[in-house]
Amino acid sequence: MRGLVLLAMLVLAVQPASPMQDSDAGKKLYVAHCAACHGQKGEGGRGARLTALTRAPDNGSLVGIIQKGIPGTEMPPAPLSESEVRDVAVFVRRLQTDSAPQAAAGSARGEQIYRKSGCAQCHAIGPEGGLLGPYLSSIGRRHVPDYLRRALLDPEADIPDSFGQYRWYIEIPDNFLQVRLTAQDGRQVTGARINEDPFSIQMRDANGRVYSFWKEELKELHRDWGKSPMPSYKDKLTAAEIEDLVSYLCSLRDAR
Amino acid sequence: MRAVALLAAAAIAAQAQAPYERIRNAGSEPGNWLTYSGTYAGHRFSALNQITPVNVAALKPVWVYQASDLNKFETSPIVMDGIVYISEPRSGAAALDARTGRPLWFYRRNLPKDIRPCCGEVNRGLAVLGDSLFLGTLDGRLIALDRRTGRMLWDVEVANYKSGYSITVAPLAVKDKIVTGVSGGELGVRGLIDAYDAKSGKRVWRFWTVPGPGEAGHDTWSGDSWKTGSAATWVTGAFDPDANLIYWGTGNPGPDYNGVVRGGDNLYASSLVALDADTGKLKWHFQFTPHDVHDWDATHVPILVDAPVRGAQRKLALVANRNGFYYVLDRLSGQFLAGAQFAKQTWAQGLDDRGKPVLLPGKDPTAEGNPVYPGMHGGTNWFSPSYSPKTGLLYVATREEGTRFYMEKDEYSPGNWYAGGGIAGIPGIEPTGSIKALRADTGAIAWEFKLKSPPWAGLLSTGGGLVFGGSSEGFFFALDAASGKPLWKFPTGGPIFANPISFLSDGKQHIAIAAGHSLFVFAL
Repeated sequence: MRGLVLLAMLVLAVQPASPMQDSDAGKKLYVAHCAACHGQKGEGGRGARLTALTRAPDNGSLVGIIQKGIPGTEMPPAPLSESEVRDVAVFVRRLQTDSAPQAAAGSARGEQIYRKSGCAQCHAIGPEGGLLGPYLSSIGRRHVPDYLRRALLDPEADIPDSFGQYRWYIEIPDNFLQVRLTAQDGRQVTGARINEDPFSIQMRDANGRVYSFWKEELKELHRDWGKSPMPSYKDKLTAAEIEDLVSYLCSLRDAR
Repeated sequence: MRAVALLAAAAIAAQAQAPYERIRNAGSEPGNWLTYSGTYAGHRFSALNQITPVNVAALKPVWVYQASDLNKFETSPIVMDGIVYISEPRSGAAALDARTGRPLWFYRRNLPKDIRPCCGEVNRGLAVLGDSLFLGTLDGRLIALDRRTGRMLWDVEVANYKSGYSITVAPLAVKDKIVTGVSGGELGVRGLIDAYDAKSGKRVWRFWTVPGPGEAGHDTWSGDSWKTGSAATWVTGAFDPDANLIYWGTGNPGPDYNGVVRGGDNLYASSLVALDADTGKLKWHFQFTPHDVHDWDATHVPILVDAPVRGAQRKLALVANRNGFYYVLDRLSGQFLAGAQFAKQTWAQGLDDRGKPVLLPGKDPTAEGNPVYPGMHGGTNWFSPSYSPKTGLLYVATREEGTRFYMEKDEYSPGNWYAGGGIAGIPGIEPTGSIKALRADTGAIAWEFKLKSPPWAGLLSTGGGLVFGGSSEGFFFALDAASGKPLWKFPTGGPIFANPISFLSDGKQHIAIAAGHSLFVFAL
């Protein structure tokens, strides 16, 4: 299969890209390959929302991202020919409807709630904050309010797992898998996995410290699939406060 | 053994920031490698002494990291508290676990399609300060990355890439500032050295390496030639905290081979400049090659040494220059103290008592092509020399390769090649090279190790009494620092265009070198 795709890419690579890029063809390919994560209209879900393309300021970079994926995330390289990638890119460009961030009334209150609820212990905005959970500087560009609300009420509902298809280049998982380990010397470390291979594991604890262990140095290693260290805020915040916090998160739209 | 390893795993947790004071005293923690050259003094010397002439034969690779890009891999890693930070070709970066080589994060940049790097889409390394790393980019920008995650903190334009600028040099963190130079010497840029506030990315000062109207040195350029005078600044300098001076080499004047259109000495091209670290003001300059017409950039890491010269203790800046001569300068005044030829050269009788070359006639480029040694790539090049305080020797990878230099008329247009001529090899003579050990105070050659081809790899000397170097055929090797005797070699399988470093991991001395498209790390 991989050979066939590569062959197809080789054959197509020597032909000039079609000047007529077919958005309908792009739409079919998008629905088949992209919509499961990015939503039928690019509204986002498990994958980033595509109504504002933060990583792809121009067509070249958009094509590059679709072709190569985004290392360290669940976005895989697309198993498509060069002309197919261009068709998808034309379609994805047309999804961009998200011009300026909408001023949300609750956003300022939500920021206060973010501060007092301890979110920054595990999440970072800009250089400030913890690294145990997902980075939030651009969360408002990547996810819709429904997703963010669910993440606050039921944090384990959408834990990323890096099990995307076509993941040929395994580099760094970006799924914040919680691991607990006990070393041969009795030390116990709990934190988020950074990277792992058959022989070693790298992780980060709640204080941001990075550890690297050869597995032969470990007595026990637990991977807490489906678990999140994040508590549900269902009973900690009122429904109105949750809405304000969602508004604040939606306002975080750093383009970097 | 296992207990030692666990101890080391615990040590990786003791991660602190890299404040200025720590970088200033980098020599006191040889287990880390905190600047491009290891310390501000530019020695590329590691005090680590576990690997010695006696045991180096047992040195073997412990991990290899393959870069994500197939351009020349020139990185000189930063190592701090168990993590190896590298730049990658095409302005990328990665953090690697020093124990295993496993990546902790990547930074990859979408570069514009129309970038204009002269000589390869390369990068030579990062700077660290506080919790940030700093990277220059091929599209002429300086960026700050969060050391913990690789996330970008700021991204500022140094100079417009469309005018021919790019950045390949590793920045230097000095106090609260990040100092960088630029590339573009073959594209008629106007060279500069900039300092940026490390926190905000705001520019604090700029030194133009080609003075503008009204500035001292402007009259060393005929007509408007200063506007395209180049003097690019693409190799990391050194810093003397006591003198508060930054020392930085400058490149060839532009256009490279046509000196007719830029009459005069062409300051401050092919020079070493000493700048006030707070203001960027010029304290002194020393021009190695006045009115250079052979592309002899003086873009070398200057080596700062305190040592006696002719009986008197001096603060020195040492430079083995691309033009084939070795220079001993007083680094407080720029005064020339001593010099010697270290590489084959056919253009000068020697140096006068001020260090100026005494020219031989008829060595300028011509329409027919004029053969001269050193060639365009020089008697040495950007790759780092090394100085061992243990031996008092300065080690320099030396090239012996002539060039036929051609002069042509060239029209300048922004962002395009502007060399004023061309180059060719000298028929029938195979270029070669060597590793040479020079007495630091005189430049007298203490020993020489012959290479087959001219090298593109820098050198590392160590407290264990070794000099590590690389060959263009891909051999990474160790020489006895006292005698030059070869003691160990490893075929990496790809040519070496990089500088070695050394660090501790799990309490053991490691040696790292980028070769081919991979970073190789060795230990006993």
